[in-house]
Amino acid sequence: MDLGYTALILLIPISLFLILGFNFKRLKEPVSGIIGTVGLGITALISYYTAYSYFFGGMEGAKIDGVYQKVYAMNMVWINFSDTLHMDMGILIDPISAMMLIVVPTISLMVHLYSVGYMHGEAGFTRFFAYLGLFTFSMLGLVLATNLFMIYIFWEMVGVSSYLLIGYYYNKPSAVLAAKKAFIVTRFADFGFLMGILMIGFYGESWDFKVLADPAFIAGLQAKFGAAFMGISVISWALIFIFIGGAGKSAMFPLHIWLPDAMEGPTPVSALIHAATMVVAGVFLVARLFPLFSFMDDGAALQVVAYTGAFTTIFAAIIAFSQYDIKRVLAFSTMSQIGYMMLALGVSGYAGHDGLGFMASMFHLFTHAMFKALLFLAAGSIIHAVHSNYMQDMGGLRKYMPITHITFLIAALAISGIPPLAGFFSKDEILVAALHDNILIFGVTYLVAGMTAFYMFRLYFRIFWWNEPNYKHTPQEAPKTMTIPLLVLAFMTIISGFIPFHSLVTADGAAFHTHFNWYMVGASVGIGTFGILFAMLMYKKENKLSTRFRAAFGVFYIWSYNKFYIDEIYMFVTKKIIFDRIAAPSAWFDRHIVDGAMNGIGSGTEWISDKIKGLQSGRVQDYAMFFVSGVVVIAMIFWYYL
Amino acid sequence: MIEGVSIYEILTLSTLIFFIGVFGFFTRKNLIAMLMSIELILNSAAFNFVIVNKYLYPEQLDGGIFSLFIIAIAAAETALALAIIINLYRLVMSLNTDKLETLKN
Repeated sequence: MDLGYTALILLIPISLFLILGFNFKRLKEPVSGIIGTVGLGITALISYYTAYSYFFGGMEGAKIDGVYQKVYAMNMVWINFSDTLHMDMGILIDPISAMMLIVVPTISLMVHLYSVGYMHGEAGFTRFFAYLGLFTFSMLGLVLATNLFMIYIFWEMVGVSSYLLIGYYYNKPSAVLAAKKAFIVTRFADFGFLMGILMIGFYGESWDFKVLADPAFIAGLQAKFGAAFMGISVISWALIFIFIGGAGKSAMFPLHIWLPDAMEGPTPVSALIHAATMVVAGVFLVARLFPLFSFMDDGAALQVVAYTGAFTTIFAAIIAFSQYDIKRVLAFSTMSQIGYMMLALGVSGYAGHDGLGFMASMFHLFTHAMFKALLFLAAGSIIHAVHSNYMQDMGGLRKYMPITHITFLIAALAISGIPPLAGFFSKDEILVAALHDNILIFGVTYLVAGMTAFYMFRLYFRIFWWNEPNYKHTPQEAPKTMTIPLLVLAFMTIISGFIPFHSLVTADGAAFHTHFNWYMVGASVGIGTFGILFAMLMYKKENKLSTRFRAAFGVFYIWSYNKFYIDEIYMFVTKKIIFDRIAAPSAWFDRHIVDGAMNGIGSGTEWISDKIKGLQSGRVQDYAMFFVSGVVVIAMIFWYYL
Repeated sequence: MIEGVSIYEILTLSTLIFFIGVFGFFTRKNLIAMLMSIELILNSAAFNFVIVNKYLYPEQLDGGIFSLFIIAIAAAETALALAIIINLYRLVMSLNTDKLETLKN
């Protein structure tokens, strides 16, 4: 069958954006919500069909000798630079993009449905759905891109839609600031990405993913460039720059500051963009270029990925301990889990069982998208009921919101790695992969597994148990449009651990065998359970234990509560150093020297004209007199001297 | 070619007309009179073209045609100038150039 139909996956969301965007005054709630949801439903069906036919249905050229190939559903040369280097527009289907074709439309569809209930009565109801359509289009374009330049275009477009959605409440100053912060930080990181793309284009002379994934091509590059600077080749440097872009979008350590603030957006947006899809774009990017990362200089750039991921995962987990805004706890948890995916990629090899880390990373991306979206949507339903983001205002909600309670519990168990839920399988694979490669990273990963269980259940017990505060009005379970997505995602969270990722999504496309490492299972379940029990002890009933711990940790608690002052460091660097030491003197120079010279010319002219303006009588005859006298003088000069 | 009249005499006439025009332009305070002086200047120029053509290149027509153009342009210019003058008169109720000094500053 002709693969042209895959274009619909992109065309439907963008037309939803255009239809809703151009009619946002005319279309009223809930019509726009229904249009968006139905349109997304159709997109999801086409995407599922595409993914199914890629994996199992015998899409032409999808599987050759048991190895999954990259299939170009379409590819048009757009701007041609040379025979090998051109900007294309097309659709690439391979294991990871087929996997994303399940993740993105599923989460997006659930979020659309949920938003019909959640955004009920908001002023910009239609605008919200238009933005969601734009985001879905951009994200799908990103995962289906056939070359680096196309991915960059869509990469920026998800940045824009994220900006628009974070700043959805544009009359709220904090939301506007958060939107600007997110845009500027990610854009700053994307500068690195662009440099990397240009370096790959200049030295590698191709942007095409099929070419860049070819081991023979990579070996050629390695032979051609060798070591250039600090012992690694120029291509590895390009990859590190590209990773900076990925780190910005995926909120890796020094560039993470935008993600917690991005929680100012509506909660469904946090679920869709800042938990499940856009923030894993960095992981996706590294996975997309994985052969390059893996082979160039024996994975030098991959080391950077691994350590950045490992540092971020523990850093974010520590901060998550002490936050009170439930969405921020989830945001830091997201950072921590993305760190997991990054480090799993970082410790991975390429072929066969060595590629376990890659597979585990993609597996975790998939399961994390499901349970983290579920957590955010459940949090949204709680916020909807309690009208507060802070856990101090919550407690004892299990009686009032049974569906939210159960689904939240399932997701929390999943993220803590309790079998047989999804998170257990993927987290276990990551632990095994880390153990094979690097004992230090394994230690961090293992510790974070326990910390994750603790802070998630701190959240859970604090919200659903603890002591009931005096609610102004009794919290109620959310409407059906909101609970159905919760149930669907809970179902996905339960089953997605059983998907045989090792035979579907691997680094080299070939299946390999995995087996349970029973010691690892015991160890990871053990530390997860320990974290849960510890949280239960501290937070199930109101008691003073947590206050005592807080006092015992003293200054460390304060650091964690203030997110290690990273925001303040950024403010210091930008305000005190860049603004005060560089920008202000430049502004002074511009205002006084450059503008001063210009104004000097102007005022000099003015002064001279002031002195000679007495000559201007305003009488026509005087001017004619001057003119004729001039003519006479010139005539005389000609007469006598020539 | 006029019998008994050389080109010098007739050029002197045109020069006289020219300077009469210039003199009128400088001394008259009335805008209409100034416009008439300008017409004199233009006429002397057109006159020059015809004379030079007639005396120096009698087999050609260029000068005559040129003077036709000058007359046409002068007519257009006069129409324009009269329009300006009418507007000015409406504004200041006078055609005296001494009263039309507002451009000075």
